[in-house]
Amino acid sequence: MLRIDRSFIDAIVAHARRDHPDEACGVVAGAAGSDTPLRHIPMDNAARSMTFYEFDSMQQLRVWRDMEDRGEEPVVIYHSHTATEAYPSRTDISFAGEPDAHYLLVSTRRPDTEEIRSFRIVDGVVTEEPVEITAVVDPHAVQSYMFGQSPTEVDYECSGR
Amino acid sequence: MSIQVRIPTILRSHTGGAKVVEGSGDTLDALLSDLDNRHAGLRARLVTADGNLHRFVNVYVNDEDVRFLGALDAKVSDGDTVTILPAVAGGAFGFAAVAALRRPVAG
Repeated sequence: MLRIDRSFIDAIVAHARRDHPDEACGVVAGAAGSDTPLRHIPMDNAARSMTFYEFDSMQQLRVWRDMEDRGEEPVVIYHSHTATEAYPSRTDISFAGEPDAHYLLVSTRRPDTEEIRSFRIVDGVVTEEPVEITAVVDPHAVQSYMFGQSPTEVDYECSGR
Repeated sequence: MSIQVRIPTILRSHTGGAKVVEGSGDTLDALLSDLDNRHAGLRARLVTADGNLHRFVNVYVNDEDVRFLGALDAKVSDGDTVTILPAVAGGAFGFAAVAALRRPVAG
């Protein structure tokens, strides 16, 4: 089972909607062995494609080294499918190389429906798992580390919109 | 002196669980052959049957992706660190089409 804070789901879905119709991808890191996602790292889709995603290899090296320095591991690896269901494709299964990660898929095919599913992918075998979305307890506990992303739009309450 | 090689979780079954192993060689190709003597099967997880670097992994010499350094012909020397990471990629598209889209692997 994946237990994940609502704020991460919101951030991941917002990232996927922002990059739609291209696929979006990223990581939520957490302390090694904790199985607890704690730090959201949106990644660039180097393929910039509607049907394929790929971490930029140099960006990945920096992010993976940073995680190692912090004693973290990729607890969640996510990407979006923009026209099909949130289920791993044969390509996803071929590439899945982190046996300890939760592979979270988001579908943005319907603009008004949040479609999220999580899987373990080990040795080519896909196992779906339940996702328990927990309430935001402390909004400051969640750190989002924007990496090479275009700035997110910030809508302050006082903006008058 | 030797070359340090950082091994990702998914390949540690070949290294008895070790995160870092050491080897020697003048090129990445020679280094992987040297490693395979002590860590059987490791090379085959990184190199395809036709002798190219597998597209499912990223290999770095120090801070450079070896795809930009000649792939398996990339020069390595004592004191270098080689890092292996699983490539993170996928998507809704079929695999054959993906293979055609990806940048060609040099070497």
